[in-house]
Amino acid sequence: MSGQTIAEKILSRAAAKQVRAGDVVVCQPDLAMATDGSFPMAIDYLAQMEPDSMKPAYPEKIVLALDHYDKSSGPKALALQDRARAYAKEFGLVLYDTGEGVGHQLMLESGRILPGMLIVGADSHATTYSALNCFSTGIGSSDLAGILLCGSMWLRVPETVKVVFEGTLGDGVSGKDVALLLAKLFDGGKANYLALEFHGGALDRLGMEDRIVISNMAVEYGAKSAIFPFDEISVAWAPSGGGRAVRPDADARYSRLVTIDLGQVVPQIARPHSVGNVLPFDEVENIRVDTVYIGTCTAGRYEDFLNVFNIVKRNGGLSPHVRLVLTPASLAVQKKLEAEGILDQFARYGAVLQPPGCGSCCGTAGYRPGDGEVVVSTANRNFKGRMGNANSAIYLASPETCASIACSGYMAKAGAA
Amino acid sequence: MSMFDSAGIEGRARRFGSDVSTDYIISSRRKKETIDTDVLKKHIFEDIDPGFFGTLKPNDIIVAGANFGCGSAMEIAVTVLLSAGIRVVVAEGFARTFLRNAFNNGLVALTADVGAVAEGELINLSGLNTGNATVRRAGEREIVCEAIPVFMLDILKKGGLVPYMKANKRFIE
Repeated sequence: MSGQTIAEKILSRAAAKQVRAGDVVVCQPDLAMATDGSFPMAIDYLAQMEPDSMKPAYPEKIVLALDHYDKSSGPKALALQDRARAYAKEFGLVLYDTGEGVGHQLMLESGRILPGMLIVGADSHATTYSALNCFSTGIGSSDLAGILLCGSMWLRVPETVKVVFEGTLGDGVSGKDVALLLAKLFDGGKANYLALEFHGGALDRLGMEDRIVISNMAVEYGAKSAIFPFDEISVAWAPSGGGRAVRPDADARYSRLVTIDLGQVVPQIARPHSVGNVLPFDEVENIRVDTVYIGTCTAGRYEDFLNVFNIVKRNGGLSPHVRLVLTPASLAVQKKLEAEGILDQFARYGAVLQPPGCGSCCGTAGYRPGDGEVVVSTANRNFKGRMGNANSAIYLASPETCASIACSGYMAKAGAA
Repeated sequence: MSMFDSAGIEGRARRFGSDVSTDYIISSRRKKETIDTDVLKKHIFEDIDPGFFGTLKPNDIIVAGANFGCGSAMEIAVTVLLSAGIRVVVAEGFARTFLRNAFNNGLVALTADVGAVAEGELINLSGLNTGNATVRRAGEREIVCEAIPVFMLDILKKGGLVPYMKANKRFIE
């Protein structure tokens, strides 16, 4: 019998038995997160499953992030959010309240995520945590209700694609460009139900910010999880030393092998209205851009804003017709940027700052594009209407590319327009 | 008439292409106003097929291309279809979160090579009781769907995770 992939190993532990790709198994997640977008429905499901008690089986394993809605979302959204908050307070869940940030970022910052964990999230971008050597994946509200009730869920053990990274990313190229390239490669859900497992010499030079983006966006082409090894680079994000790094067996079985030379990757842009509609930046039609959006669980980290800031500074400011909207992924990110004076300088360039949260990315709170508006964003989705207006066009790019566009005002590098 | 009877069900195919995201099934901007699917159902597919809800008839079956239900994991994309009276989606493929949510809510989600099925075509679906379903078309060869694993069929037959958990309080392997 062949050895096991990382996914098979983690799910074997969580199911307390040896499992193989293709098995449908019951397992116990180590952590489960939800948002104000998904939790209210989970409470409703739970009330139907167990009318006598709403008490969660393992409150310490449940994290609730109120990140989708804020005051701008209207009274009905706030009523849903209030129900979620009240439940979390009553039963002692881990609670991140409005304005603290995007749940996925807060999970990463919390130190709760340890290598080898099975983590699920009632939010599709829960794949993000697999950057830290976890098996992490998105679930629905009813799944979460089941976890609240009994601490378990069902999962189909996925086959794994081995993705080998070679070479080194060039200047101005980042994990986002790799993520977009993978979205093109697996366009149309070609990684559906599959786990990705990352290998190769390039990993020694691929920072956590890059890995996080790649794991975050793996769900866009259907992947169940996108798992990086745990190494010297990841240890800084799991400083407690808890958990155990999981490595695949040498004779693990993979359904497919994909090799990518990172040295050949150039800046990429996803065009409306699908994430896999990707072209190299310099082949995209040179249209006028109205708004550049920096934030979300895909970008929105300190390094991202620093990179954007340096590019804007180098180019002497923004294009006069561009609105630059900044949404830090967390309050911690915002405070660090504040402390270093970067936010003040951004404000002097005319950038607009929003409180941390998911809102604009999915049209539930905050800034929303107008009719005919062209937005270039660091986000992960560009579906029609995604940002709350079906008559706007959303392009996706890296923070670096977004910054360059913010300065040129066009779909072209700053200085080249 | 239960879908799990041997006679199966018959209905009109309602065609969609590939990569229909959950945002297209029901927009997030609608969802923030309410999670009452009786209200939301009127807006299904509005961004890609305005007025679709008004054209629905009983037993209509959604027939789609690859990657149906991609994007956000929002479960309401499944429950809103059920509220609209849709009980079956047959697609060339599903995004995994949509497929999970479908089974967990008793929406039958079948994977099959249905690319040739046309909008409005009358199709018959049978064999669901064993998990080995087939799609029958007038004058055409029948289409065999991918088998549904026993564990998932059990949840589906009980009507989803709510009745399953209400009865068992835990998962039975």
